[in-house]
Amino acid sequence: MLFENKVVLITGAAGGIGIAAAKAFAKEGAKLALVDLRREPLEQAAKSVDAKDILLLTANVSNENEVKEYVQKTKEHYGRIDVFINNAGINGEFKNITEQTEENFKNVFGVNVMGVFFGLKYVLQIMKEQKSGAVVNTASNGGLLGAPGMSAYVASKHAVIGLNKTAALEMAEYGVRVNAVAPSGVNTEMMRRIEKNALGDKADEARKAFEASVPMNRYATAEEIADLMVFLASEKASFISGSYYRIDGGQGATSV
Amino acid sequence: MTNLDGKVVIVTGGASGIGLATAKAFLDKGSKVVIGDYNKEAGKKVEEELKAEYANVLFVPVNVAEEKSVENLVSVTVEQFGRLDVIFNNAGIGVQTPTHQLTDEEYKRVIAVNQDGVFYGIKYALREMLKTGGGSIINTSSILGTVGEPTSIPYAASKGAINLMTKSVALEYADRNIRVNAVGPGFIESGLVNKEALGDFYDGLVAKHPIGRLGKPEEIAHAVIFLAENDFVTGTTILVDGGYTAK
Repeated sequence: MLFENKVVLITGAAGGIGIAAAKAFAKEGAKLALVDLRREPLEQAAKSVDAKDILLLTANVSNENEVKEYVQKTKEHYGRIDVFINNAGINGEFKNITEQTEENFKNVFGVNVMGVFFGLKYVLQIMKEQKSGAVVNTASNGGLLGAPGMSAYVASKHAVIGLNKTAALEMAEYGVRVNAVAPSGVNTEMMRRIEKNALGDKADEARKAFEASVPMNRYATAEEIADLMVFLASEKASFISGSYYRIDGGQGATSV
Repeated sequence: MTNLDGKVVIVTGGASGIGLATAKAFLDKGSKVVIGDYNKEAGKKVEEELKAEYANVLFVPVNVAEEKSVENLVSVTVEQFGRLDVIFNNAGIGVQTPTHQLTDEEYKRVIAVNQDGVFYGIKYALREMLKTGGGSIINTSSILGTVGEPTSIPYAASKGAINLMTKSVALEYADRNIRVNAVGPGFIESGLVNKEALGDFYDGLVAKHPIGRLGKPEEIAHAVIFLAENDFVTGTTILVDGGYTAK
């Protein structure tokens, strides 16, 4: 097993990718700390995860003190943090830039950028001291491409790519690796919200159009993303740092 | 997730370095592996060594710069093992010559092996994968497919070409269950690249990798296995470069 007794901290753990990641790391022998905004969905999600030890923590990742707290509690409970899946994110409202609101932009940046930054700040303090650790940030295809109506999300995920590279460079001498995953649409509840935001009651049509934009003509499964996260966090990826890995059914092959 | 147990895999440039480490990684997964290499002596020796441990391994001499030779590699594979599921187009060479002194022969030789060789590998692998309804093609690119490097134009040009062949072929066959990806290593320790052989130049190479060392062939092999197993990754070059391109 790749993560026997290793401590894996996952944010956005009640969401589709988060749950799949929790299961995948648990299968590899990891002890888990799972973070999400609300207790109830988190407890619900944790029920499906068969790990030897699970710590559940609630936090609003856009609040620095709450991030500091979930990191501290994880460290107190397990004594260390080996892997950080910096995954919490929101899609925001679907609006063109001409109609975009400051409020929506700030909400999205609060979770997707500040949340990722705060997570890095406090987890990397611990990994730096340990002189070991691996971080996987959840970026997106939207961190590399544009998407009409999703300016806040797209800009926030571009920011994650920049944080990812910089954190990797700053941590390289401490034996801490930092990488990102960049998925296209994943078949999760977030995608259901994006479909609804895009075309309202014609959400089925939105789904067909989104899937057709992927050369493999389907969404990713959350398990496929979790598989990539496990790879990047594992010793198998010991020479990989500062990279973002596309997992997008070929969508990126039509762009830079 | 694709289970690699029993899958038939070709690895070109398989008698040494990244190729050999990857051939072993596939054998450890239970795959049947055909090692193609230009160096017959090394290939025979590797075949002998591996046969002591693994039942399904075969060496076939190949010059990937010649279309007929690659066609033969694929057809011998299919004769022997019945099908082709994965090809790792890995054979490659480099030169380090100032561009104003680079000869036409040197330039064309690198392009022929690195770029034409990958095209031939893709072409004949596709023909088999279309018959069986799918497969995975993985090409060895380099950080120099993405970033530049002095005195390396045919190498960098060929690796840039590999990145775009990878994208184009991935798009072309995405609807037929054939995935096409590349792995982009940083500088890797090998028979030719080590402190003893290169001295100060080696230290300079290490300094370019934020991680503070060069990569190992096994670290590239892990990435190739990942690409062969994960079913949603296609059309991409994954970098395994110790942070080289994050700077």
